[in-house]
Amino acid sequence: MAEKKIIDGRGSFCPGPLMELIGVLKMSQIGDELEVLSNDKGSAKDIPEWVRKVGHEHVSTTEEAGVWHITVRKTK
Amino acid sequence: MAARKICVVVVSGTRERLQMAAMAASVAAVSGIEVTIFLSMNAVPHFVKGATADAPSEGAFGDLLVKKKAPDFKTLFRQAVELGGAKILPCSMALDIAGIETDTLEPFVGEPTGLTAFLNAAADAQVWTF
Repeated sequence: MAEKKIIDGRGSFCPGPLMELIGVLKMSQIGDELEVLSNDKGSAKDIPEWVRKVGHEHVSTTEEAGVWHITVRKTK
Repeated sequence: MAARKICVVVVSGTRERLQMAAMAASVAAVSGIEVTIFLSMNAVPHFVKGATADAPSEGAFGDLLVKKKAPDFKTLFRQAVELGGAKILPCSMALDIAGIETDTLEPFVGEPTGLTAFLNAAADAQVWTF
């Protein structure tokens, strides 16, 4: 059954949150959703770009009180 | 499309250049690009086991990297290897000159490599130098 995981990358800068996401993705199952929390504007743009490039699914990006919530679904 | 190859040559021992090299290498490696990193000159001593990522800054930005707690370059180089399959090859000449033994290097650093082998690896790759 697919899981939802939160990756708290707040306080880190590019490419820290991306690397944290990739580390968790490698240990996740297909269908799992991973939500990265980041207050780094660069990561909010770069993570969806990386997700599209490597073929996972970018579910959504929202911003709330200076924190971006970038949700990704593992597809392969 | 054929897999792309990038060789990253790191000779500087300053924080900004090590940081930029590590950022570029790690993101390239986790994006499906074959990455080989060749360490030489002033970069090498930073990869001895236990050496901190406390490299001297070239300017104010290097100090900001520390102040703002950007991911340190050694962590990013290690992630390039562990998450992206990059190879980090220390220059055999630099090790000899500095008197550094291979078994004292960080475990994510590969075998000492000479220029001939490196040039073979770089023959069909983009080469970025820091």
